[in-house]
Amino acid sequence: MTSTGTWTHKDFISIEDITRDELEILFKLASSFKQTLGRSQKKLPSLRGKTLVNLFMEPSTRTRVSFEIAASRLSADSIFISASASSLVKGETLRDTARNIVALNADLLVMRHSAPGSSLYLSKIIDIPVINAGDGAHAHPTQALLDCFTLRERWGSDFSGKKVTILGDILFSRVARSNIWALQKLGAKVTLVGPSTLVPEYFSAMGVEVSHDLKRALVDTDALMLLRIQHERQTSTHFPSLREYTSMFGLNAMRASWLKPGTIIMHPGPINRGVEIDSKLADSDHSVILEQVTNGIICRMAVLYLCASAVNPVSREEVI
Amino acid sequence: MRERRESRFQGGGNLVAMSKVLWISGGRVIDPANNRDESGDVFAVDGRVVSSLSEEQKSAARRIDAGGLVVCPGFVDIHVHLREPGQTHKENIASGTRAAAAGGFTTVVCMPNTEPPADNAGTIQFIKDAIARDAVVNVYPTGCITVGRQGERLAPTGSLKRAGVVAITDDGDCVQNNEIMRRAVEYAKMFDICVMDHCQDAALTEGSVMNEGANSIRFGLGGWPNSAEDIIVSRNVILSSYSGAHIHLQHITSAYAVDIIRRAKQRGIRITAEASPHHISLTDDLLKTYDVNYKMNPPLRTEEDRQALISGLLDGTLDCIATDHAPHTDYEKDREFDYAPFGIIGLETALAVCLQTLVVAGKCDLPFLVSLLTNKPAKVLKLDAGTLSPGAMADITIFDPEREWTANPDDYQSRSVNSPWNGQQLRGKVAQTIVAGEIVWSGESASKMA
Repeated sequence: MTSTGTWTHKDFISIEDITRDELEILFKLASSFKQTLGRSQKKLPSLRGKTLVNLFMEPSTRTRVSFEIAASRLSADSIFISASASSLVKGETLRDTARNIVALNADLLVMRHSAPGSSLYLSKIIDIPVINAGDGAHAHPTQALLDCFTLRERWGSDFSGKKVTILGDILFSRVARSNIWALQKLGAKVTLVGPSTLVPEYFSAMGVEVSHDLKRALVDTDALMLLRIQHERQTSTHFPSLREYTSMFGLNAMRASWLKPGTIIMHPGPINRGVEIDSKLADSDHSVILEQVTNGIICRMAVLYLCASAVNPVSREEVI
Repeated sequence: MRERRESRFQGGGNLVAMSKVLWISGGRVIDPANNRDESGDVFAVDGRVVSSLSEEQKSAARRIDAGGLVVCPGFVDIHVHLREPGQTHKENIASGTRAAAAGGFTTVVCMPNTEPPADNAGTIQFIKDAIARDAVVNVYPTGCITVGRQGERLAPTGSLKRAGVVAITDDGDCVQNNEIMRRAVEYAKMFDICVMDHCQDAALTEGSVMNEGANSIRFGLGGWPNSAEDIIVSRNVILSSYSGAHIHLQHITSAYAVDIIRRAKQRGIRITAEASPHHISLTDDLLKTYDVNYKMNPPLRTEEDRQALISGLLDGTLDCIATDHAPHTDYEKDREFDYAPFGIIGLETALAVCLQTLVVAGKCDLPFLVSLLTNKPAKVLKLDAGTLSPGAMADITIFDPEREWTANPDDYQSRSVNSPWNGQQLRGKVAQTIVAGEIVWSGESASKMA
């Protein structure tokens, strides 16, 4: 049985604010939740009677569904509000929307928003836990948790001596930023690789190596995280075309042959087959893409549980 | 204001008994235009500075004891947004000039990005009427460079000048089309009127909300490269060089731009430039909290840029300090960072911030700072302000450079409270502000006292 130890965060906004010990608390709790996945009765009573609101100001399928399943496994009720269905289209401010949600007696708020910093902004306004499900290019902390959880199942809790390469559109990627913090806190070395316009040198201030030489980045990496080219987000000026991107940086069989045997290939999804990754590679033994999705549920369960208990302590016996 | 003030004292000088006499005694008098920095007295009769008073005048004088205080020309701010007409929920001429008075500013130059934009003589007249009715300090309007600030067709510069503007600018936006800008400065030169430009290449700043650099990368916010400013500064230097027109570069933030301006001035090009209190005192590290009161256009830059701005002020590359006082209501500003409007108020905190950044930090002495706030900005636009020379309008600021106070939004005279200094302990406060010999601020607003 795990201990909630020193978890004190009401909100889960950014991996940058989380210590390595706190990551450990999350992972251990997620591990214990994972053992329940195989049960025929999957539901735990931990958050029974609690209401979780999924406020998604930006479209998302897998993150939203993952949070909904996580809430359901913990016996919480969840309600989904999309930008188009909310009063924000009628000119209501985010502050007022959030306060209304609180007034409806919600216990947890999960938010996806295109504006960086908006989860932090909300967390200062309302007393209930705010969980960041992605804020612009800033952070997607639960994605980094599930990515690192997946690696941790193979590598153990210490990532020292491991090298993780993140390939693709780093500039617009909240997944990359959250993983940069998480991986380094766990001891891994991180290399970013991709076109110079999407992987600016400024990233090196975060402690990572910045490279535009794909081969050099791939030969000694232990895990390779691919990112989707977010062509809907970029202005057309960042690179010439998807075709050019694929020809320069797409992961194909030839480039995959540069990888050491046993290198783990990850992708946060959604995958653009044939753009950043060759279709066959996405389905290969190296790939843990679907495992990531499964681990997403338990990592989000851990976050929901810990943040809820930071506000309103739940006795340990109720958990599992 | 100018008109009203002249008429108020009309004929007043004929009889000593009817004269209004002001005697400010015992202060440290700093008048950079006259190289004066001494302990002494300042006198005014009927709204104008005089060098001495007769015994009879002395006995009739209203006396202000300025012991321990600095007495200097009223501050001049050539870049403020008073939001009238059209955005008076943010600020109006009454509240904006009260904020100016509270900050020691006796002359302000207001920007034309009102609703409607001040791109025609009628709107200028509307503004002048409001000034005559409501202003407690001198206000000079500016007009637009282009119709509707759209950057497409020239606004009627000649008519605007005749209507009373002291400069033209599309501030808030930058004229993107080089042909339009070229014609604007050539045309303005004929009227000997300054073209002020907000230097921002719009194509380079699409989606930009903060300085581009390690911090924008870390915070995931849209980066605003220095080059967006540098390129337009270069463009303006080139256009001024070919035309001989005077172009004033507003709120410079980039170290590279400072260097371009320095070299242009060495070649004798008619370029002037300003820096704001926030850009010389704050850096983009502060954006970590996503506090919208650190969101401004142009954005806060790096420490290297900040130091370059200070060096630019010290060696005269940058001519003066201007606040870019930009009021927005709390409900407009209180939003997701991406959606909040750019800009902060600055009139009421400028003195304390500049004292801390320049004088307390040992960058320059007090008279030099006073000159950056008085005769130097006045000179940029050839305004009749910024000096205590005998015969000058008696626009005088008395301040205590040591007085500590807390920037409390409830105490602001401005209608808006969008300031990064809210709640902070500041040092240096205006004790009294005098416009044409009349006290308009003495710790509380003259209009409130009335």
